[in-house]
This record gives sequence, C-alpha cells and structure tokens, in this order.
Amino acid sequence: MFKLAFTLCLVLLTIFAHAEEARPASEDPALEARMLSITSELRCLVCQNQTIADSHAGLAIDLREQVRSMLKNGQSNAQILDYMTARYGDFILYRPPLKNSTFVLWIGPLVLLLTGFGVLIFVLRRRSRMPAENFDPEETDFTEDSHSSTRSS
Amino acid sequence: MRYVRFLLPLGLFIGLVFFLAAGLKLDPKEVPSPLIDKASPTFSLTRLEDANKTIRKEDLLGRVWMLNVWASWCVACRQEHPLLLEFSRRKLLPIYGLNYKDERIAGLKWLSNFGNPYDSSLFDQDGRVGIDWGVYGVPETFIMDKQGVVRFKHIGPLTPEVIRTRIEPLVRQLNV
Repeated sequence: MFKLAFTLCLVLLTIFAHAEEARPASEDPALEARMLSITSELRCLVCQNQTIADSHAGLAIDLREQVRSMLKNGQSNAQILDYMTARYGDFILYRPPLKNSTFVLWIGPLVLLLTGFGVLIFVLRRRSRMPAENFDPEETDFTEDSHSSTRSS
Repeated sequence: MRYVRFLLPLGLFIGLVFFLAAGLKLDPKEVPSPLIDKASPTFSLTRLEDANKTIRKEDLLGRVWMLNVWASWCVACRQEHPLLLEFSRRKLLPIYGLNYKDERIAGLKWLSNFGNPYDSSLFDQDGRVGIDWGVYGVPETFIMDKQGVVRFKHIGPLTPEVIRTRIEPLVRQLNV
C-alpha cells in the first residue's frame, strides 16, 4: 500500500517537471552564430589546444563577450581579428597570415610532400632500369631472424 | 657513393634530433607579446584602495614603471610575492599592480596578509583592461619606458634570474 502511494506521489510530481530546450546564450541567434564562427578561428591562450568558442576558461568567456559586443557595434570580422592579434599576436589565430616568420610553416609541408614525390620517382625510375633478376625473391633462410630478409636491393 | 647511403640517413637523423631538441626548449606558453616596443594600452581605472581615485595612463608618463598583474585567486602570484616584495624595497622603479578580475575586499585582504609591494594597484574587476594588455596568464609583468612604450613583458611568476638578468639592466638603461 505504501509502495503504491509512493509511486503515485512520484508520478504526480512529474507534473511539475518540465523540460525546455537549452536557450542560446544570446537573444540573437544570428549574432551568436557569427560570434561562434569567429571565435572558432581563435586559439584560447589559457588552454592552448581549444578554440575560444569551445573553452570554458574565464578569459575565453570574456573574449566571447567582447566579440559579441563588437559585433553589436557593427564591427566587421576583419576588425575583430585585428583587435585580437593587436593584443595577443598572430599566435591567437589558428590560420596565421603568410609572412616571413610564418613562411616555413605554410610552405614546409608542401616542400616535404614534393621532396617525397621526388624521391619516389627517383627510386621507381632507377628500379625500372634494373635487370629483372634483381627482383627475384630472396632465398629465405628460416634459421635467421625473418626481419633481416626484408632488404631487397 | 657507398658511404652516402649511410651518411645521408645519419645526417637526416641528426638534423631531426636537433630540431626536436630545440623544440623541447621552446615553451609554448610563452607567447611573444605584440605589445613590445608599442605604446602601452590606454587605461583609466580606480585604485584598489580608493574607489574614488582613478589612475590613467597619462599619470604615469615620464617615468619608467612596472605593471604587475595579480589577483587574490592567483596561486602563482603568491609564489612570486616574496620576491616582488624584496624587489620593491630596493625602490628601483615604481611598481603598479593590476588587480585582475578580483573583488576589492579580497584583493585588499590579500595585500594586508602577504604585504603590499605596489605603489598602488589598479582595480580591473571585469578584466577589460587586462584584455587590452593581452593578459592571459596571471601573474604577468610589464615594464614601460618614460614615453609609455612597453619594453618588456614576462609571463608567469618572476624569478631572481629574470630580475637580475633582464629587469635590472633594462631599468638602468631606460633611466639613463
């Protein structure tokens, strides 16, 4: 009997419980979306592997608020990024601008890729000129460690 | 030609080791400040100890001065504090605090508990001035020359080495 009453109470209690969708932090969803698109380009300097959009650090919250108020004042994305780099340097940008000090950063991977292709072409060409018997399967000596038989040239 | 086969990978390996060793020495937390050699940001803040008195950037022109960003909630500030107290007793230059994102009462209590090395502290409750100065890791220390140009920034607690090898020579040079 007690159990039934208890259950009934619990069921009746759910009348007072009602869920809502999480409200956006700002009244203006369009502004909020722009704010998020800008801050996801910015590195949080307190927790460096997060964007300012993601981070819960106090500074990130302040900077999101700053971006919001700058957007409300009608400032452009470029103006806001300038504002941030003037204070925190290029390091705050996840896509730093191309200039002398960031040249290696931007060009480096391309150079490595082209070098890799160069080496690949060089090796393939040299192999194509080799006589066919160079490519005969090696006689595997099972008494030896099998790793030592992987060299082929 | 025979040796090249071995020397080339060895050379590449040594190069890689040097790159990685250099990378280990770099501290990614030390972000170079874009403010160095630029005019310091403007500010106008009340004194921590007196809400009716404001200090503006212009009030400090004509002097070489130090700005030390601190807060009562900042653990590393307490670590740096004895050193800063000792440094302030030598009266090499005026030291101003920037009480960053703090409560007035908590800040004042912190100073009376641990000692006050500052000529005065600026009260930056919402952290707006901190943003203008590019503050992201309290404590931070700046040194301005007589024209109000930022000449030095240190992120994190001061150390005796930094004071001896960076700050003292710089202050002497700027005060000439």
